[in-house]
Amino acid sequence: MDLDLSSVEPFRAEVRAWLREHVPAAPLPSLEIEEGFAAHRAWERELHEARLSVVSWPEEYGGRNATPLEWLVFEEEYYAAGAPGRVSQNGINLLAPTLFQHGTPEQLARVLPSMASGEVIWAQAWSEPGAGSDLASLRATATRTDGGWLLNGQKTWSSRAAFADWGFGPFRSDPEAERHRGLTYLMFPLDAEGITRRPIGRIDGKPAFAELFFDDVFVPDRDVIGEPGSGWKVAMSTTGNERGLTLRSPGRFLAAADRLLELWREHGDPADTAMRERVADAWIKARAYRLKGFETISRTEDVGAESSVNKIFWSELDVALHETALDLLGPDGELGGEWLEGYVFSLAGPIYAGTNEIQRNVIAERVLGLPKAGSR
Amino acid sequence: MRFVLDAEQRLFGETLGKLLAEAAVPGVVRDWAAGRHERGLALWRTLAEAGVLAVAVPQSAGGAGPLPVELVTAFHELGRHGVPGPYAETVAAAVLLDRLGDGLGDGLVDEALAVRWLPAIAEGEALVTLALPPAVPYAPDADVAGLALLVDGERMRAAVPGEARTSLDPARRLFPVTPGDVLAEGPRVAAAAAEAYDMGVLVCAAQLVGTGRRLLEVSVDYARTRRQFGRPIGEFQAVKHHLADALVGLEYARPLVHGAALAYGTPDFGRDVSAAKAAASEAAYAAAKIALQVHGAIGYTDEYDPSLLIRRARALHTAWGSPSDHRARVMAALTGG
Repeated sequence: MDLDLSSVEPFRAEVRAWLREHVPAAPLPSLEIEEGFAAHRAWERELHEARLSVVSWPEEYGGRNATPLEWLVFEEEYYAAGAPGRVSQNGINLLAPTLFQHGTPEQLARVLPSMASGEVIWAQAWSEPGAGSDLASLRATATRTDGGWLLNGQKTWSSRAAFADWGFGPFRSDPEAERHRGLTYLMFPLDAEGITRRPIGRIDGKPAFAELFFDDVFVPDRDVIGEPGSGWKVAMSTTGNERGLTLRSPGRFLAAADRLLELWREHGDPADTAMRERVADAWIKARAYRLKGFETISRTEDVGAESSVNKIFWSELDVALHETALDLLGPDGELGGEWLEGYVFSLAGPIYAGTNEIQRNVIAERVLGLPKAGSR
Repeated sequence: MRFVLDAEQRLFGETLGKLLAEAAVPGVVRDWAAGRHERGLALWRTLAEAGVLAVAVPQSAGGAGPLPVELVTAFHELGRHGVPGPYAETVAAAVLLDRLGDGLGDGLVDEALAVRWLPAIAEGEALVTLALPPAVPYAPDADVAGLALLVDGERMRAAVPGEARTSLDPARRLFPVTPGDVLAEGPRVAAAAAEAYDMGVLVCAAQLVGTGRRLLEVSVDYARTRRQFGRPIGEFQAVKHHLADALVGLEYARPLVHGAALAYGTPDFGRDVSAAKAAASEAAYAAAKIALQVHGAIGYTDEYDPSLLIRRARALHTAWGSPSDHRARVMAALTGG
């Protein structure tokens, strides 16, 4: 057992030097508004030109073949440098791993380069009004037609869909099949004929997501990911990524915990031991998450059901960390700024990617081996 | 970089686990609590033969260490099985004696102490106990220890035990001590005591994670088999969620303990053991409360074996410094106050 990171120090130094040169001096506008979306897209292009937008990908798609350890180190440097949040994250962290696992060579060659450059920003279109965490109850349909599929129905709470270019998600292709069967996983352009998108204001009013209405939207066969009817399996391979390390890398929390310590130095009352303990806990937990990340990549790259453990941990840490910051700021906390933006962002964590209650069920049944409800 | 136990370290833990599974430890705990030490002392010797104490003592003094990763591996198993006895104190004393016995001891009165005791600790021939007030105010098991130490500022003294106090965990037999002969004094004593304290904190944290793990396992087993309202209670989401939360806490305490072990000998060691202890205390104590809740009345009984671990987790929660103490220490290291 060791924690010897010396082999990745040259990479770390290179990344750090580039970020020092290029990270915008003032924070970009929120990526959840149109102006901010455009600014973040431009930032993605800049990252891509330095081949730093998708370091873990193969070189042919714009990556560097970075090892998981190098990826973790990249993320640490990225967030420590105060670099902008990733507007491309749905594509990079959720769709790309799915394509690497289930996509055709043609799909990889077509989709990945424009994703890496920020030219195409992807929105995840999973949730429906009747199906949030219960994906097996999806109802939007994909009906076979000549050379492809016709999509009908509605998706909602689709992250980034207010301004994104393309979407991806599972649709019911066999209405007769059981809940988990008969789903097909598809990609579609958000400006396709027959799609209506209505931005939805997040809890702070920013259009962080949208609902999508499908009226006979044609999708060619080449945009089906995996086998038709196997959409559940394909989608589940994405959720492991989403809940595991990739969606919320340790670097993000380490950087936030360091900023929280700064805030404590500026605003903390040494006599307020309860607040001091919360700050300490945030730092301890960010460190625990970092070390857990090292442990995960040392064991295996397939996080499986254990990713549910990670998801609960990081989403609760994210909320606690930002709540602590807002409490430290006192009455000014509600007035806006990066901490408030981060707080509103963090509030979604325990809800999306399968609520934390669903994750607790997954842990109980698949990790601990407890019986399913009603299994008598 | 590989931040997981290597094959040899895993084997060490597994060997100890098997050995302890066969040792009928709950009976040993009850004997120990009643002042009957024979089986506990026999187990001490068995564990020493397996290397549990040798890894705390430097090779130069007859041991195989100090090997902090092996130590936390061993203490995880001691915690899982609820082994009684002054193991953490003996390990801490080994650090203390080693630091004061390297032949450079300004003001060290009895350099021979280390020469005499360290090989005996490594061999399992000597149980040592100590008090390091304020965090460790009582010396556990002073009546069976061959050597009892008390460090107060820059003085290390022989500790004179009073009458044992009763702990919530009856196998933790805590003795108030009064200062006896001065054995060593000077600034190096305080520095050595600080290092001894950090090592005690580290192994206590590892022990807590092991105790919490075991409590989670027995609770899961119980929830799978215990039926109420016509179904196993583990089918109920409220029970499931408690157990899932216990797992999350323990899963993130372990890497902090391992990370702290690897920081041994660096300036971050104190900060990191404190982070580990705060997290391990909270995780194990949460697991204990959940275990009690899942077991219901049976878990609240003296005769039920896992209740020994429930009590241990609560006692160790504040032993070797409370979570608040350790968070304060983390903050002092990070912000300078």
